[in-house]
Amino acid sequence: MPSHAETFPPDAPPPRLELRGITKRFPGCLANDHVDLVLQPGEIHALLGENGAGKSTLVKMIYGVLHPDSGTMLWQGVETIVPDPAGARRLGIGMVFQHFSLFDTLTVTENIALGLDDAGRMDELADRIRSVSERYGLALDPERHVFHLSVGERQRVEIVRCLLQDPKLLIMDEPTSVLTPQEAAKLFETLRVLAAEGCTILYISHKLEEIRALCSRATVLRAGKVVGATDPRQETARSLAEMMMGAELSTPERPPQGAAGAARLSVRHLSTTSDNPFATNLKDVSFEVRAGEILGIAGVAGNGQAELMAALSGEMLVADADSVVIEGASAGHLGPRARRSLGLAFVPEERLGRGAVPELSLSENALLSGYAREPLVRGGMVHFGRARAYAETIIRGFNVVAHGHRAEARSLSGGNLQKFIIGREILQKPKLLVVGQPTWGVDAGAAAAIHKALIGLARSGAAVLVISQDLDELFVLSDRISVLFHGRLSDSRPTHETTVERIGLLMGGLFGTPPDEDGEITRAV
Amino acid sequence: MSLIRLEPRGQASKTMVYVTPLLAVALTLFSGFILFLAMGFDPVKALHAFFIAPLTSVRGLGELVVKATPLVLCAVGLAIGFRANVWNIGAEGQLTLGAITGGGLALAFYGEGGWWLLPLMVIGGAVGGAVWAAVPAFLRLRFNASEILTSLMLNYVALLLLNYLVHGPYRDPDGFAFPESRLFEADAVLPILWSGTRVHLGALFALFAVAGGWLLIARTFIGFQIKVIGLTPAAAGYAGFDQKRIVWLALLLSGALAGIAGMGEVAGPIGQVTASISPGYGYTAIIVAFLGRLHPVGILLAALLMALSFIGGEAAQIAMGLPKAITGVFQGMLLFFLLASDVLIRYRVRFGTRRAVA
Repeated sequence: MPSHAETFPPDAPPPRLELRGITKRFPGCLANDHVDLVLQPGEIHALLGENGAGKSTLVKMIYGVLHPDSGTMLWQGVETIVPDPAGARRLGIGMVFQHFSLFDTLTVTENIALGLDDAGRMDELADRIRSVSERYGLALDPERHVFHLSVGERQRVEIVRCLLQDPKLLIMDEPTSVLTPQEAAKLFETLRVLAAEGCTILYISHKLEEIRALCSRATVLRAGKVVGATDPRQETARSLAEMMMGAELSTPERPPQGAAGAARLSVRHLSTTSDNPFATNLKDVSFEVRAGEILGIAGVAGNGQAELMAALSGEMLVADADSVVIEGASAGHLGPRARRSLGLAFVPEERLGRGAVPELSLSENALLSGYAREPLVRGGMVHFGRARAYAETIIRGFNVVAHGHRAEARSLSGGNLQKFIIGREILQKPKLLVVGQPTWGVDAGAAAAIHKALIGLARSGAAVLVISQDLDELFVLSDRISVLFHGRLSDSRPTHETTVERIGLLMGGLFGTPPDEDGEITRAV
Repeated sequence: MSLIRLEPRGQASKTMVYVTPLLAVALTLFSGFILFLAMGFDPVKALHAFFIAPLTSVRGLGELVVKATPLVLCAVGLAIGFRANVWNIGAEGQLTLGAITGGGLALAFYGEGGWWLLPLMVIGGAVGGAVWAAVPAFLRLRFNASEILTSLMLNYVALLLLNYLVHGPYRDPDGFAFPESRLFEADAVLPILWSGTRVHLGALFALFAVAGGWLLIARTFIGFQIKVIGLTPAAAGYAGFDQKRIVWLALLLSGALAGIAGMGEVAGPIGQVTASISPGYGYTAIIVAFLGRLHPVGILLAALLMALSFIGGEAAQIAMGLPKAITGVFQGMLLFFLLASDVLIRYRVRFGTRRAVA
């Protein structure tokens, strides 16, 4: 029953969900500290915060994955304990996770049936899927196998799975991080229809422009505490970011680019073949990165980024040695070590588990790639003193917040680890730096520092290649932008001559190349 | 909610890394106590015969070193491989091959030996073990065959080969058709280091292996590469470490060390090639490697403990009439408790119920 009579008149319906003083402690950290949150029926409510602010912990408690240490949760005015996700679904709470849980080899209907508590007959379920997807404009063929689907379509499967249970509250965790701008716009239409029907949507994102376009309320978390609640439509992206950080945001300045120098990286007619049936093969990819410039490659994940990164780093060797040329030397047959000695430095997309070894200290992680261009190994023996000094130099030079060079890589936050890895690569004075998703999941403060470092490196004469899904980032960083789609690369355009919308269309595959042999370019819009 | 819970620690406990092996030993002793009681033996007397009595004489202490020697040699090599995710289960076969090649040289140069024969036998034993270990390395890298299976299966091949040799080419011509070679001549026998015992030069080899293994793991760039490959193969690929080279290195090195151990057995305590040269040192070395935390110094201590289980098992058979299987039971319990208590490195135990949600 409604208890806060002063906030709600007696005849008004109770809020859909109310949290009072929710607290959750993990060993060594207080993830949520007396969090209060009120969600009204039919509102789209944003939950904002930097990484580690406690957003995920809070929604996991709402969805019954975790349980609060103390505090009260009122569901439609009634005090409720959510025992587990099945219990949450029975109440009418649905959640779309950032990482999908779908089986590639099953059909859409089969995948949805697996996630339902009472799936019923498969043909009836397929009919229900069709009617729900038509009603909300979520084009989806129930008979298709998931491995055929684009990332946007896979997300629709997850959303439809939730909608089939008539949710009263839908939680969406970073839903647009994998979508093109057009796909995101489509998703927003669906969410607005849902909200108009009375469904409450709790929307987690770090894309502030999106939140301003979509949400009518925003609750901001910092270090586990609610630090503000606001109407995002009345704020600027900058003021929201500063609210999240609790500090002023400095945007990197981009000095005008000088005359582009010689080509440091030339990729000529690069094609790959993979044994993995789910890999995206590169098809006749050609581009150049010149000294002093930043080339951005946009594209939705899964369009060949992983293959391009591996072919450039040397983790995957390519058939034609001349299709990858670093500093004038044919490098297609060279391994990562030899390419590093040519002047390549490399920041992979997965920072924990590829760019750094989680269990090792920062000084050992400095050695991981630093051995190639820094004097850290002599006569087969590791010079640990120098590795420590190198790690300390990185930590100081890039403001890495860590307990010294002894800290394990996994003990750092995503942003600090990324600063460390980028610092490790930049301090090797590379002639060419290849970076994947430089600020994915990194908080705004660290992202600004990383952008500044990348621009600084390019202006000092290195060539920088940035492969990212984040268009805002590419527009801040790049001098030229290309788009990767289904393993093909578009021609590059100077950044100031193009727009987010144009690049967005290219990310959806509209760049006039003929469809490939199996007619794969069938993107449902 | 349960009364005992496991709660993840923020960081792996450094203390527990050292405490859990001791805990495992304590739990093994406790279970042994119960086991002896259930079997109708006096548990105090049985445990005394098993674990204390062998340590009360010079001969017993010497035997401890003799048995620990092959365990250390095998386990140091295995540990280097295990750190790199190379699961060589074939130390027993590699040890057998080392005995065959090293012992074969002793027999080939019978009657014409000199000071050079022993060094030649050491090299021969190392090469024999390494060649045997090269087979799983090649199969893994060429055909992606699991070295766990191939190295394990080669153990039986090695044993059958040894059996054939002692029944045929290696058999002592004056041995009344017993399946044994001649006794090695003095030039082919490892000198005794500690008079009154059977402790031989092989014990020094084992100490060298400990020192060398430590240097490799802790100080060299190869050791760093092994660590990275073992923890995070993707990061090793990113850094440009050659994983194939590390697989070769790990298997050849552990094969060579096991081969030297086998050579040390036939040229040491046994003094000839017989059909049974190892009571399962190559298998026990797997337990030794893990009990010693894959660290050479830890391995040295663990090998002494496991050697005690061999001697104690024999002593308990003689003194109390306990079954032969008792050695295996104790070794198994020790590994079991060690693996079980390792959970304490990453988790802490909490008693009492979790506070109910208000």
